[in-house]
Amino acid sequence: MSEFVYLYRSTNEASRAAMGSPEQLQKSMQTWMAWMKQLADQGHIKNPGHPLERTGKLVKGKQRTITDGPYAESKDVIGGYTLIEAKDLAEAVELSKGCPILEGGGLVEVRPVLPMSM
Amino acid sequence: MTELHEHLFRREAGRLVATLTRIFGVEHLALAEDVVQDAFCRALEVWPFRGVPDNPSAWLMATAKHRALDVLRRERTARTLAPELARVLEPDEPLFTEESIRDDQLRMMLSCCHPRLSEAAQVALMLHVLCGFSVDEVAGAFVSTHAGVEKRLTRAKHVLAESRQLFEIADGADFAARLPAVHRALYLLFNEGYHGASPEVAVRAELCREALRLTGLLLEHRVGATPATYALAALMCLDAARLPARLDAAGHLNMLAGQDRARWDPDLMAEGQRLLERSASGPELTEYHLEAAIAAVHGSAPRLEDTNWAQIVSLYEALLALRPSPVVALNRAIAIAQRDGPERGLEEIAAIADRDRLGRYPFYHAALGELELRRGRGAPARGHFAAALALARNPMERQFLEQRMEACDVAPVAVERMG
Repeated sequence: MSEFVYLYRSTNEASRAAMGSPEQLQKSMQTWMAWMKQLADQGHIKNPGHPLERTGKLVKGKQRTITDGPYAESKDVIGGYTLIEAKDLAEAVELSKGCPILEGGGLVEVRPVLPMSM
Repeated sequence: MTELHEHLFRREAGRLVATLTRIFGVEHLALAEDVVQDAFCRALEVWPFRGVPDNPSAWLMATAKHRALDVLRRERTARTLAPELARVLEPDEPLFTEESIRDDQLRMMLSCCHPRLSEAAQVALMLHVLCGFSVDEVAGAFVSTHAGVEKRLTRAKHVLAESRQLFEIADGADFAARLPAVHRALYLLFNEGYHGASPEVAVRAELCREALRLTGLLLEHRVGATPATYALAALMCLDAARLPARLDAAGHLNMLAGQDRARWDPDLMAEGQRLLERSASGPELTEYHLEAAIAAVHGSAPRLEDTNWAQIVSLYEALLALRPSPVVALNRAIAIAQRDGPERGLEEIAAIADRDRLGRYPFYHAALGELELRRGRGAPARGHFAAALALARNPMERQFLEQRMEACDVAPVAVERMG
């Protein structure tokens, strides 16, 4: 088994627009939780991870310039991450296809965790 | 992990908007709606990782409160808000109690029934602000366009904002005076679900459920719990009990005569009977009392032929005296047909004074068709059903009326009121 990180990316506008009415939100929430539960039941979740605030600070360069988020230059913001266990990258990608963020115009970035061999 | 309660967000939307509007002032309804939307966004970001919180309502209220504080600190609107506002919204203030949230919803409900708003606008506003229906969902419920509903809601919110403050429920006399308008709006909301034009079974059941929930809020309040409110709640329960048999899972419409009574909801039926008994506690006799009593007579008949038609006829006569309407007169005539035969029913229909007003009503023609069919005259019956079919408002009604037309070629069948 190898480890992968799912990075959930979407724009603020897209995530808000995708939410829709309270009843649609209810459905999105159910889909999210069902997807997470299914991954967990199949033993694919190493760590459910964390949601991230959509704003923060950027510290940049030798000058240590500090600027505010949200990051105007990036189209999408990472809203959270999950640590996944899968056979290989192909399986990790396949499992990510059920992520509800895709319905709302967001994307899942699937990144293999570099193995740290002793 | 806590389960996600059904319709949690729809219910919470109404509760949160009502409470935040009380705090911000009714002219800042849009701000309250924004803050609630933000809290919901946050829930969607956090709950999938952490699970549903133990107390989702408190979580959402606290999140909306924090969000409101952010907005107040940042935006100039803070200056136009009441000075005590910041204190109320301080993070260490205790969370709002169930009682205060209920009162906030009552204030909003009574505010929505503003005399300057049409009944249709009042109902749309309640659905949107208090029941968490989006513009599209309101449009779906009323078979109206998005643009039409949006325009109606914008105008209604404008009237609400101009009233400067939410309706004050502490004044019992004002509350009592506004109550008939609220009853009427809730009655219309329920009927939109029960008799309405939406072809979506789920949407209609939700409208009935929301009307019942809001009526329940009135019953929890000292001034709101009048005999008329009990009667209205009884009527809703007794009618809602028949909803599973009226609309089957496939969305097929079944009139009372053709309903499988085993599918009536016995709990709602019993609750309706209990509420009807509670409603008989004062001198006031409202149309809701009479309609609930009619529904109770139907509900207590195990089979169609066990129905006490004489009692139903006399209840319709009392209703006609209280609120004259050609539809009530039609229902009385149909009940007379059940008691005395189809010829007597047709005579009564012919004698309805303002019968021309029924011309656009599909079930007027359907009633004529049923009575002709029952006295064995298939050809005119077929013609009446065809006229009804031309006026049908949705696929369910069309399908029902097509089946009745086919029945004209087979055997006579019993008939009864639309219900």
